[in-house]
Amino acid sequence: MPAAPLIEFRGVTKRFPGVIANDQVDLRIHAGEVHVLLGENGAGKSTLIGMLSGLQQPDEGDILLEGATVKLTSPKRALRSGIGTVFQHGMLVPTLTVAQNLSLGNPWWRFRREGDIAHRFEALCADFGVRIDPHAITGELSLGEQQQVEIFRALLRGSRVLVLDEATSMLTPQGVEELGALMRELAKRLLAVILITHKLREAFDFGDRISILRHGRKVAELGPEQLRETDEHKLHQLVVRSMFGGAGGAPHIRRADATGERRPVLTVRGLSVDGGGDGRVAEVSFEVAAGEILGIAGIDGNGQKQLAEALAGQRRAAAGEILLDGRPIASLDVGARRRLGLRYVTDDRLGEGTVGAFPVSTNLLLKEIGTAPFWEGGIERPARIREHARALIEEFDVRTPGPDTPIARLSGGNIQKAVLARELFGGARVVIYNKPTYGLDVHNIASARRRLSEAADAGVATILISTDLDEILELSDRIAVMSGGRVVGIIANDGDARTLVGEMMAGEMTGEERAGEAA
Amino acid sequence: MMVEPAQSSGAGSLGLVTSAAGRAAVRIGLTAVAPVVLALVLSGAVLSQMGTDPLEYYGYVVQRAFMTPSGFQATVTRMAPLLLLGAGLILAFRAGLWNLGLDGQFMLGATAAAALAPPLAQVWPIPLVLAASMVAAMAAAALWSLLPALLKAYHGVNEIITTLMMSFLGLSVSNALVKLAFLDPTTTVPQTRTLAVADRLPPLSGTTVSSGVLIGLVAIVAVHLVMTRTSFGLRLRVVGANPRAAIHVGLRVPLLTVMVFAASAALVGLAGAVEILGVHGNVRADWNPAFGLAVIPLVFLARLNGLATIVYVLFFSALQIGAESAARRLGVPHYFSLVLVANLLIVLALVEHLSQRWRLDTRS
Repeated sequence: MPAAPLIEFRGVTKRFPGVIANDQVDLRIHAGEVHVLLGENGAGKSTLIGMLSGLQQPDEGDILLEGATVKLTSPKRALRSGIGTVFQHGMLVPTLTVAQNLSLGNPWWRFRREGDIAHRFEALCADFGVRIDPHAITGELSLGEQQQVEIFRALLRGSRVLVLDEATSMLTPQGVEELGALMRELAKRLLAVILITHKLREAFDFGDRISILRHGRKVAELGPEQLRETDEHKLHQLVVRSMFGGAGGAPHIRRADATGERRPVLTVRGLSVDGGGDGRVAEVSFEVAAGEILGIAGIDGNGQKQLAEALAGQRRAAAGEILLDGRPIASLDVGARRRLGLRYVTDDRLGEGTVGAFPVSTNLLLKEIGTAPFWEGGIERPARIREHARALIEEFDVRTPGPDTPIARLSGGNIQKAVLARELFGGARVVIYNKPTYGLDVHNIASARRRLSEAADAGVATILISTDLDEILELSDRIAVMSGGRVVGIIANDGDARTLVGEMMAGEMTGEERAGEAA
Repeated sequence: MMVEPAQSSGAGSLGLVTSAAGRAAVRIGLTAVAPVVLALVLSGAVLSQMGTDPLEYYGYVVQRAFMTPSGFQATVTRMAPLLLLGAGLILAFRAGLWNLGLDGQFMLGATAAAALAPPLAQVWPIPLVLAASMVAAMAAAALWSLLPALLKAYHGVNEIITTLMMSFLGLSVSNALVKLAFLDPTTTVPQTRTLAVADRLPPLSGTTVSSGVLIGLVAIVAVHLVMTRTSFGLRLRVVGANPRAAIHVGLRVPLLTVMVFAASAALVGLAGAVEILGVHGNVRADWNPAFGLAVIPLVFLARLNGLATIVYVLFFSALQIGAESAARRLGVPHYFSLVLVANLLIVLALVEHLSQRWRLDTRS
């Protein structure tokens, strides 16, 4: 057991409205170690880091620095306590030189001596065997170099703990190697490094200690001895199981007769979508039958949103076919696809799903503007619109003062109910749900899942995109896993689905490899 | 058992309506009337600094603009182009599009009407001449808005900048047309040929008020109804309130953008035509009343509500007409009406800010 920890979390709990982000987390960060925090989206990594960097404060529990309780009430406090954070998206000003960026945080009354700072920066670089010109324009450096600048900036400010939030996600493989080497050097100089990632490979390669978070709790910790001594395959299985939940997977209790009708309602063949820098879709193919729920699992940002938008008609497909009941629909616009029964429940309820200032009644008809009987000859019929709203509000249990209330006044759960009502109303054949329970509280999560499941039972072909593996496992008949814009495998949701999906999500194995291994 | 809750909820919602209406009245009083009063006080302070008795000035303006027959008729006549400009602005602003190219579009419309009407009047019946001139004015202005509209619709180019730039170009082009293409050779002042008074838009019976004001009223009421009561208006409001939602629900945003620009500019062009066909009869070189920029604050004061805009336009017309007389009588430059509007805007912004703060405070 190493000496007393540099940083210690003791029973730290953090709640947000309707969610517990961190639940009684104990964590010890030691000097001279690279400590990896592993977990899915929403496992509570970011909240933990937010508390460490002073952006948020724990509701319960303490954070101790060298054995003494500290209150990290602001980022400034955290920095002064020696905790430096490098965020996923760079915090440097791209048009300034490196030296100018380094001098930015200084108090305004202090004379800016860039020469001095540049000198110290160069010395630090030399010490770590890195070559970065302090007078280079920051935006012209590679992302890896910019990250190194951020790390050195933290060191120049006297940080003893370095938090690297999703530090590898933006880097090239070579950049990741370099960062790994730098982390090892930092640990050698008795700094504590905290690396947040969801990639197993990096955790094993760079970590001295691995803590695994799941649903806000710390579910496992692997110390240096364990990491050294345990057989790699076993270790790997252990980690996957902790990350994605218990052995064997949840009992799957969906309709046993789902296999009755196997005629595909929606067929996607070789669909590719250019994402314009923020995620793309590459040659995705799948089918969904009536009454079937196809779960699409994957780490956020692997092309799920682009896929959903291309299916809904909001985004142009670069290649491939989309067939609804055997009829090609790739050339149709959003309205035409909707009239054929293709519905899309967006994950961005407020940003694009609704118009906040408009009444609930209008939002319930937002995708039917101009249609009879709510509009006759282009003239609106307010009584009919309100009546339609009242019926849906009743049926979907939307808690609102009335149909004329601006929808932004409702809670997130009720806005989602209204969105579901709009998409499920009248002739839905295929419904694409994108993270349908994201940001909702427990009660509303249950009701949204029930709604989705009932619609599927009534014969709706359902595509459920979610980053919550439990949700996928609870609802789906089959599960596709997306990674890097591709569907890396589609499996039936049975006994060992959890482990298999977990492995594919963590980028360990593709479906084909798995099939090969099984054979 | 089914009937009773329905009844009680009906009564409840009725009670809600009356109290909501009461609250709305108070809010309108606070956010629409109070700024006007405050601005009058502030401007009064400016006047007294200049050595003019503010009460005398305001009294004179009111007296000139409302109490004398000629003044009142001038006020109402002045409303015609302002109402049409207001209609064009409301259409664009509600759709979230900043058509700030009003002055160029107005002058092109005016020039088109002035170029077409006098020669046509010699061959065609007058109603047809007037109609054709108005259509030509609308087409000219709509055409001028096409470039900013296409750039906005298909390339996302900021329309504030492009419409403003096109406005300056439009002013120069109309000026050049007046001086080069449509110059009346029989006058020494550079101007277009003049439409005979008998051939202009007929005055309302028994007055000198041009019937253009009817066109203006019809236009602004029509725009108001289209925006609030039709599916087309709702589509535009979705685009204006949340462009991403517009894409999500499948609206053809680029097409709507071009349509809104064309319709907005057409109304502005019509304003130019009405001013020429009803009042001036010709366009003089370098004439530019710059009504456009004066109307923008008015439609904001009216919260983009067409009916409220009529009230503010009446107020501003009276102010302009009164100020023009007051300039001669009291020696206060007629630009003082702009000082008043500027003060009104400043006060409006402050009131807006404060009421927002108040709303947030009372909510939490």
